[in-house]
Amino acid sequence: MTLALEQLLNGVQFGIMLFLLAAGLTLIFGIMNVINLAHGSLYMIGAYGAALVAARTGSFVLAILAGLAAAGIAGLLIEFLVIRKLYNRDHLQQVLATFGLILFINEGATILFGRTPLFVSMPPFLSGSVEIIPGIPYPTYRIAIMIVGLLVAGGLYLLVNKTRIGMLVRAGSTHREMVRALGVDIRLLYTIVFGLGALLAGLAGLMAGPLLAVQVGMGEQILILTFVVVVIGGLGSIRGAFYGALIVGITDTMLRAFLPSVFKTFMAASEADALGAGVSSMGIYLVMALVLLIRPQGLFHAQG
Amino acid sequence: MLKVDEKYVAQAQAVPRRSWWPVAGTILFILCAAAFPYFAKAIGDPSLIGLAARIAIYAIAAASLNLILGYGGMISFGHAAYFGMGGYVVGILYNHFASGDPFLGFIPGTNQLLITLPAAIIVSGLLALVLGALSLRTSGVPFIMITLAFAQMLFFLFVSLKAYGGDDGLIVRRRNVLFDLNMADDTTFFYVAVGIAVVYFFVFAKLVRSQFGLILGGIRQNERRMAAIGISTYRYKLVAFVIAGMGAGLAGALMANYSKFVSPDMLHWTKSGDLMIMIIIGGTGTLIGPALGAVVLVGLETFLTSWTEHWKFFLGPVLILIVLFSTGGLMSLFSGWGGKRE
Repeated sequence: MTLALEQLLNGVQFGIMLFLLAAGLTLIFGIMNVINLAHGSLYMIGAYGAALVAARTGSFVLAILAGLAAAGIAGLLIEFLVIRKLYNRDHLQQVLATFGLILFINEGATILFGRTPLFVSMPPFLSGSVEIIPGIPYPTYRIAIMIVGLLVAGGLYLLVNKTRIGMLVRAGSTHREMVRALGVDIRLLYTIVFGLGALLAGLAGLMAGPLLAVQVGMGEQILILTFVVVVIGGLGSIRGAFYGALIVGITDTMLRAFLPSVFKTFMAASEADALGAGVSSMGIYLVMALVLLIRPQGLFHAQG
Repeated sequence: MLKVDEKYVAQAQAVPRRSWWPVAGTILFILCAAAFPYFAKAIGDPSLIGLAARIAIYAIAAASLNLILGYGGMISFGHAAYFGMGGYVVGILYNHFASGDPFLGFIPGTNQLLITLPAAIIVSGLLALVLGALSLRTSGVPFIMITLAFAQMLFFLFVSLKAYGGDDGLIVRRRNVLFDLNMADDTTFFYVAVGIAVVYFFVFAKLVRSQFGLILGGIRQNERRMAAIGISTYRYKLVAFVIAGMGAGLAGALMANYSKFVSPDMLHWTKSGDLMIMIIIGGTGTLIGPALGAVVLVGLETFLTSWTEHWKFFLGPVLILIVLFSTGGLMSLFSGWGGKRE
C-alpha cells in the first residue's frame, strides 16, 4: 500500500515533467502549426546547461539560471535560423528540417561532452525526504518538482486565459489571418511562444538532471513520450496536455513498478523482469491506441 | 460544374503513351549492375560490392515508404518498424531452424529464402494493417506522432524479448539458402538483392501508374474531393500503408541476410528518419528518387565515417539546407525520367 502510494506520486511527478514538455510542444503546434522534433533537444540543452554549471560552481541557483538561459537562447536561435522559415512549409519539411537539427545538436553535444552520462547531485536542502503521511517518507526533491510543475501549469493557465498575450495566443491558434489583419505583430508572437516553449522544455530538463543521467539521446526518449501525451490529450490543447501527461506518467510508472511482480507469479524471475519491463514500456502506447479507437482527435481536442 | 484539375487529368491520360527512356534506362542499369562486381574487383575494392547490396536494400525500403509518403501524402515516421519486423522474421525463423524446436510450438524454423522472404512480407504487412488501421484514424501531425510512437513501442518490445537476444540482437549464422547459390559470397548476394530490387521497382512503377496509384495521388492532392466523388479514402490509404509495410518487410529480410544480424537498432526511430532523408534527397513522389537517395546517404555514411565518426554533425545542417532551399530533390535534375511529380 505504501509502495503503491509512493509509485503513484512518482507517476504524478513524471507526468508533471512530461506536461512541461507537452505544453510547449502543443502551444507551438497550436499557434504556429509547426511540428518541432527538436523540442527534446531543448530539454537536453537545459539539462546540460544546469549540470555543467552545477558541477563548476556548485551553486543551485546559478545552475537553474544557466539551464533556463541555455534552453531559451538555443530556442530563440533555432526559431530564428530554422523554424521561422518553416511556418508555411508542409509538415514533411518541418519534420525533416527539425530532424536535421536533432542530428546536429546531438552530435554536437557528443563532440563537446562525450558519451559518458553526467550525474548531477541534488541541492542539499532538497535531498532529504518528508513524511507526507505519518510513516511514509517521500523524497523532497520530487515534491519540489511537483510544486514547481503545478505552479507553472497554473501560471500557464493564467497567462493563456487572463492576459493580453494569452488572448492573442488563443486567437492566433484559431484565426491566424484575422489576428494578423488586426495589426498584431504575429512574428513577435511566434517568437515569444517558441521561446516560452523552449524555457518550459529547459525547465523540465534541468529538473530531470538529478533524477536521471544527463546524456545525449535523453531528449528523444522523452520527446516520443511527449508525442504520446499530446496525441492522448488532443493536439493544441494545454488542458489535454496536462491530463494526457498525468495519464501517461501514472500508467507508465505503475506498470513499470508492478507488472514484473505480476508476471513473477507465473514465470521465472529473470524472464518476468525482462518481459515485465518490455510490456510495461509498451503500456502507454496501448493506452494511446485505445484513445485513438474511442476518440481519434484526443481526449481534449481543441476546437476550431 | 465541377472544377477539374487539368494537369492531373492530363497526367492520367498521358499514362499509356510510352517513352523509350524507362526501357533504355532499365537495360542500361541492369548492364551496369551486372558489370559492377567485376568493376569493383578490378579497382581493387571488393567491399564496394557489399556496399552496393546494402544500397539496393535501402532503395527498396525507401521506395516502399515513398509510396505512402510521396505518392499518398501520409507522413509515416515509423517505417523502420516494418523494416525491423522483416529482419526479425528472418532472424527468428533461422534461430528456430538452428535449434530445431518450432516457433510457438508449431511453426518450424527455416533457412530457405523462398520461405523467409514471403513470411517477412506477410508478417510486416499484417503489422502494417493493425498499426495503419489505428494510425489512419488521424491525419496530419498526430499521424506523424502516432506512427513514430507505435514504432517505438515495437522497438521496446524487441528490446525486452530476451529469448531473441533482447538488446544485443540475434545472430543469423548463415545467410538463407536460395537454390544452390553460394549466398555467403557477397557477389552472389549482390546479384540476388539487385535482382529483387529491380523486380520490386518494376512492380512499384506499375502500381503507381495503375488506377490505384492515381487515386492515391488524388487523395494526396485533395482527400475531400476524392471522398466527394465516392471513393472510400480510408480504405485506399490503408491498402497503401499495408503495401508500404510489406515492401519494408522485404527490405528488412534482405538486410538481415546481408548483415547476418538483426537487432532492435533496425527498428530505431532514427532508421525511419534515415529512410525519410533518402526520399527527400532523391525527390519525394518520384520512382527512382529513393534509390538515388539511398546511394547518396549510404555512400556518404560509408565514406564520411572513415573520416570522422561525427559525420551526422555535418549531415544535420546539410539536411536543413536541402529542406529549406531545394525543390524536388535530385530527381528534379532529370525531369523526364519519371522525375516529375505533378
